[in-house]
Amino acid sequence: MTLLGHLSLWLALFVGLWGAITGFAGGLQGRADLQQSARHAVFAMFAALALATICLEVAIFRHDFNVQYVAAYTSRNLPTFYLWSALYAGQKGSLLFWATVLSLFATLAQVLTSGRHRAYLPFVAAVTCTVATFFVLVMVFAANPFERLAYTPVDGSGMNPQLQNPGMVFHPPMLYLGYISITIPFAFAIAALLSKKLDVDWLVAIRKWTLVSWLFLAIGLLIGMWWAYVELGWGGYWAWDPVENVALLPWLVMTAFLHSVMVQEKRGMLKKWNLALVLGAWLLSIFGTFLTRSGVIASVHSFTQSPVGYFFLGFLLLAAGSTIVLYVIRLPLLEAEATLESMVSREASFLFNNLLFIGLAFSVLWGTLYPILSEWLQGTKVTVGPPFFNLVNIPLGLALLALTGIGPLIAWRRASIPNLQRQFAVPAVTGLFVLLILLVAGMREIGPLIAIGLGGFVTATVFQEFGRGARARHRQYGEPLVLAVLRLVARNRRRYGGYIVHMGMVLLFVAFAGMAFKTETQATLRPGESATLRSPYGQVYTFTHLGISQYDALNRRVTAALVDVSRDGKPVGRLKTEKRQHVDALGRNTFEASTEVGIRSGLREDLYVVLGGLVNGTEQAVYRFTINPLVWWVWFGGFVLVGGGLIVLWPGGGSPAVRRTQAGYAVKLESKQ
Amino acid sequence: MNAGTKFAVGAVLIVGSVGYLMASGIKATGQYFLTPSELAQRISADPSFYNLGLKVGARVVPGTVEKEIATQTLRFHITDGTVSYPVVFRGLPPDTFTDSVEVVVEGRLQKDGVIHATDVLAKCGSRYEAVPKA
Repeated sequence: MTLLGHLSLWLALFVGLWGAITGFAGGLQGRADLQQSARHAVFAMFAALALATICLEVAIFRHDFNVQYVAAYTSRNLPTFYLWSALYAGQKGSLLFWATVLSLFATLAQVLTSGRHRAYLPFVAAVTCTVATFFVLVMVFAANPFERLAYTPVDGSGMNPQLQNPGMVFHPPMLYLGYISITIPFAFAIAALLSKKLDVDWLVAIRKWTLVSWLFLAIGLLIGMWWAYVELGWGGYWAWDPVENVALLPWLVMTAFLHSVMVQEKRGMLKKWNLALVLGAWLLSIFGTFLTRSGVIASVHSFTQSPVGYFFLGFLLLAAGSTIVLYVIRLPLLEAEATLESMVSREASFLFNNLLFIGLAFSVLWGTLYPILSEWLQGTKVTVGPPFFNLVNIPLGLALLALTGIGPLIAWRRASIPNLQRQFAVPAVTGLFVLLILLVAGMREIGPLIAIGLGGFVTATVFQEFGRGARARHRQYGEPLVLAVLRLVARNRRRYGGYIVHMGMVLLFVAFAGMAFKTETQATLRPGESATLRSPYGQVYTFTHLGISQYDALNRRVTAALVDVSRDGKPVGRLKTEKRQHVDALGRNTFEASTEVGIRSGLREDLYVVLGGLVNGTEQAVYRFTINPLVWWVWFGGFVLVGGGLIVLWPGGGSPAVRRTQAGYAVKLESKQ
Repeated sequence: MNAGTKFAVGAVLIVGSVGYLMASGIKATGQYFLTPSELAQRISADPSFYNLGLKVGARVVPGTVEKEIATQTLRFHITDGTVSYPVVFRGLPPDTFTDSVEVVVEGRLQKDGVIHATDVLAKCGSRYEAVPKA
């Protein structure tokens, strides 16, 4: 099987090279035969890579420990569920996964792109083949997943216990899907630049793709947060770790693009900017891959240092260089068709929104790279951590949250004073009212006050928009209000789906603000002893240590501690937290003992119990008890955000007029003078 | 003043405040990241490095780890091969912390020559890469 897999990698390499050459040549010379050949090369590359992936999975499921990758990441007693995720648990396998998914996306782009945009396809084939070929090149020359060992181990090393979590089965592929799918918009952008067809057409061709990658990135980030929260046991979900940061960067840039693209569609402005955002988002995704895989920056996530890093650095520099040159050459073709007419207009609010998103992305990038930059500039390594990111990003985030409410209420081109009064009266009062309630309730922390107050403001704007639209339908068509709301969303998915995404963001911000009130305590308890902790809402929780039990499970020895919890004297339930010592099939220890957190999640707060260890093997246990307010709302807000994104993405729908504007024919607005 | 100019003013304000936030953020929260040798050098040159919040990246010296679970105190030595420092940390170490692992210790070096850590990150150089058994 490995021979077949290895051969398919070589096949993919040559087919990919062929696709890249014929795609560029066929596109530039307009030769239909070469274009057709490039298209077929994309399909063939996908077939070859899919075959290679199947070969690796077969080796994994057959426990063929003579294959180095299989021996390094799996073992006989690894639950079947995790045999699937072993495909991307290590460097080599994840490269194969990446290349395969990219060629799948490339194939879909060839098949699904409709007639009007076909002229871009040869270039798209060329770019996707080039990128995928690079990944195959790395595998063939530096990280062959089918490499065999000189001997066959009796059992594999097994999978890192922290990866043995359902979140880890879905988090990496989701993030990868997001990262990888950015290549398609990037390929279209390069195609537009090369073919000089830089009108609004290419934007339309990629809109769904940008939304797809935005959505996958969002899901990947959210699952990653969930995994960090339930598995790592430090009590939070976002640590501003370099690897988290580089995954956030393309998402921020994509979010900026999803907003600014509307300005180009409606007003023919921001052409250079939008193109730069797409190119930048892709370069950031490759940069993130390089950072994660090279070990350049110390991170808890990093793969081992390996020559793969140099491949990526080289590719990144080459890609960045050629992209920038091509962009600069084509700049004269990207002049705006209109100018900004008023500061108080939708387009101005989008511009500020974009500046804030890019400012956010830049500060995250700067903070992540600061250890390297400071070493270059000053000769000493200086690091910044969560305090830096919070200091910089909280104000920027709050400003963005404010714009989330303001933007949708301001008219395009130029807003009038009565227009502003009519739009802002209810939301502004709502926001102030929320603020007042919080102040009366005794909240004095400025950040959370602003965040939740703005949350009230934005929520009111969203409800006002839904209410107005639904009432208009109710009056016009006599529909009942519930039906009117549903039809409203169905007829203009982009707008109202977008509002739902905004609601998801509001929930996330409020939930983030809740973490400002987290409290925790550590205690060493004998059975029967208890510790108390006061929740931010003023209730007193009592945690009573009941005892320890030890037993063997499938691939681990478990030490479980049981805690009885009561709130203000009333019992609320029991929590279990574990230390797991993973073992191999012969019962020998593998890896360090890992911690399973005991979590009781509620609408107001999460109780989060971590077993630190046992004192000298007795039943006396060391605990950390944490109360994390509003964490449930992070996951709920995430669902709302993803739901809103899916509504926007859902195909079809809309009246012919709406479909036409959504299809990107820039509407020439008549002057109202 | 036309809208373009006004927007430029707004843009400069935003870019300026982002820049200001970043500069002040680095000034207020930046921490030196040193090896034990670099720390020793700096201390001998400039005693103000005592009791300064910083990070030290090094390897745990095998056999020096003492865990007092009852008081949740962790004592160990770190070294980069030439200079070594004792570290004391109160709290729960991460799962990946072991004898001889690479760590990043965040804390302050006190006059007693001990690094009083506020946080210990075990930089298991290869979290996803299990070491193949030779």
